[in-house]
Amino acid sequence: MKVDRATVQHIARLARITVSDDEAARFEGELSGIIEWVEQLEEVDTDGVEPMTRVVEMAMTQRDDEVNDGGIADDIVANAPEKADHFFVVPKVVE
Amino acid sequence: MPNDARTSHLIEGDTGSWEIVIGLEVHAQVVSKSKLFSGASTEFGGSPNAQVSLVDAAMPGMLPVINRECVEQAVRTGLGLNAQINLVSVFDRKNYFYPDLPQGYQISQFTKPIVGEGEIVLDMGEEGEVSVGIERLHLEQDAGKSLHDQHPDHSYVDLNRSGIALMEIVSKPDLRSAEQAKVYVAKLRTILRYLGTCDGNMEEGSLRADVNVSVRKPGDELGTRCEIKNVNSIRFIGEAVDYEAARQVEILEDGGEIIQETRLFDPDAGETRSMRSKEEAHDYRYFPDPDLLPLELSQDDVERIKAELPELPDARKARFMRELALEHDVAERLVADRDVAEYFEALARGRDANLAANWITGELFGALNKLDLTIDRSPVDANQLGALLDLMDDGAVSGRTAKDVFETMLATGQPAGEIVAAQGLEQVSDTGAIEQVVDEVIAANPDQVEQVKSKPKTLGWFVGQVMQKTGGKANPQTVNDILRRKLEIGDDQDQDS
Repeated sequence: MKVDRATVQHIARLARITVSDDEAARFEGELSGIIEWVEQLEEVDTDGVEPMTRVVEMAMTQRDDEVNDGGIADDIVANAPEKADHFFVVPKVVE
Repeated sequence: MPNDARTSHLIEGDTGSWEIVIGLEVHAQVVSKSKLFSGASTEFGGSPNAQVSLVDAAMPGMLPVINRECVEQAVRTGLGLNAQINLVSVFDRKNYFYPDLPQGYQISQFTKPIVGEGEIVLDMGEEGEVSVGIERLHLEQDAGKSLHDQHPDHSYVDLNRSGIALMEIVSKPDLRSAEQAKVYVAKLRTILRYLGTCDGNMEEGSLRADVNVSVRKPGDELGTRCEIKNVNSIRFIGEAVDYEAARQVEILEDGGEIIQETRLFDPDAGETRSMRSKEEAHDYRYFPDPDLLPLELSQDDVERIKAELPELPDARKARFMRELALEHDVAERLVADRDVAEYFEALARGRDANLAANWITGELFGALNKLDLTIDRSPVDANQLGALLDLMDDGAVSGRTAKDVFETMLATGQPAGEIVAAQGLEQVSDTGAIEQVVDEVIAANPDQVEQVKSKPKTLGWFVGQVMQKTGGKANPQTVNDILRRKLEIGDDQDQDS
């Protein structure tokens, strides 16, 4: 599958990354190459094979329902570029 | 029972009848102490970012660990909806950017949800029962909260809600009217509250619905739908459906086309508005979350949870009708709220069930309505009201007096017995005591006794005398009976004077 220019720009927009035309041209080739490389896997017959979800046989770890975290509002907003009364402050976002 | 055109509510347009088709996605906050993937508290109303762990804030390197209780709550809900429980389910990342979503993705379940198809049966009164299919139920994280009114050009973000477990419960497009949509959400809320898996508090946002509406000519294929996001009251759901269906019919009859889009319901204006027309809005690029292994349940776990399920509203309603001989509508009203049903059971134990039901749906509901209280905060609990019913049953107070006593109980919180004793409201039905007073009155008034033999209507004078001497507490019927017997007067009130 070829990744065209429009797809590159679409992905960039979804990722909120500005991509110049020069960059888009480069990504077009790189992304197409990656996809084509992965597409080789389609040659393998995987009928009836369960997708692999783990390397070693193990179950997902579960926790008990206990409150043992939080209460660290200072730490949570410590790196925020802008904050007020422990809120993150961001440019106005209203739909 | 199938919800076909016969039971649907068609709307009339210029080009004929239209059928409304509605499907609902309900987001129900799971009752748990801590979040779905972190140990931070789920308590409502905490100070900003005080209930946030480094996992909820999506700090680099933090890993999610699932809360066992949230999983069990989802299974419990699935069983309560008579749904298939999937022993293996998978968490996926739903990718989008928003300031209240620090991860840049929501952990949700896309292709393999924990609960599959189920069913809710709606009691539509006259219309009969309507079966609504459940498509699926999956677990996901809630987002944080943005406040837009704190600053003219900034939004404030609080992540306390971020990471709290939600159940998204998706119905099939089986609903055909605003009324059915409202009854569906009310019934789902009732079931969740019975199960204890969601508190159903719509004001605090514990239960909110996305409403999908389309219209079609009866028998046609499904029309293009619009999704009305985050409607947070049952009344608004009804209003949103009616407005949206009328809007779509008008567009189609004018030769226009419905654009599939997300809309917002504005309760003040009573209308829906387009929220975003970005075509890319739904490109979520789901993929399995590499931080989480598949969620596996054993059949034994499911069976254990099933064995512990409480009695659900439909079963309870059937039992109230079968064992306590309640009318269908009365039983329906009592089971609609778990707290009401429990109050009723406590009150009816060892008492006349219909009397208990009448007092709850009449006096108690009236009082709670006036005081704007829910039954769990009633100033008169089931034991206290029970004591009053017992006084009536013993004949100690009349039905009329009981209502006055109940008013005083509401106002003062005093026990019924104390109020009756303190205010001397006790009705005297003790025939011995009354007889003695009657004898005194007869002995003291020979002239009147002579007169009443020819003019039976003057019996009322004797009743008055007896009531006066007993301070109004004698049971008037008993007084009447005793007087008639002693004065040898028949029951016929119309005897010629």
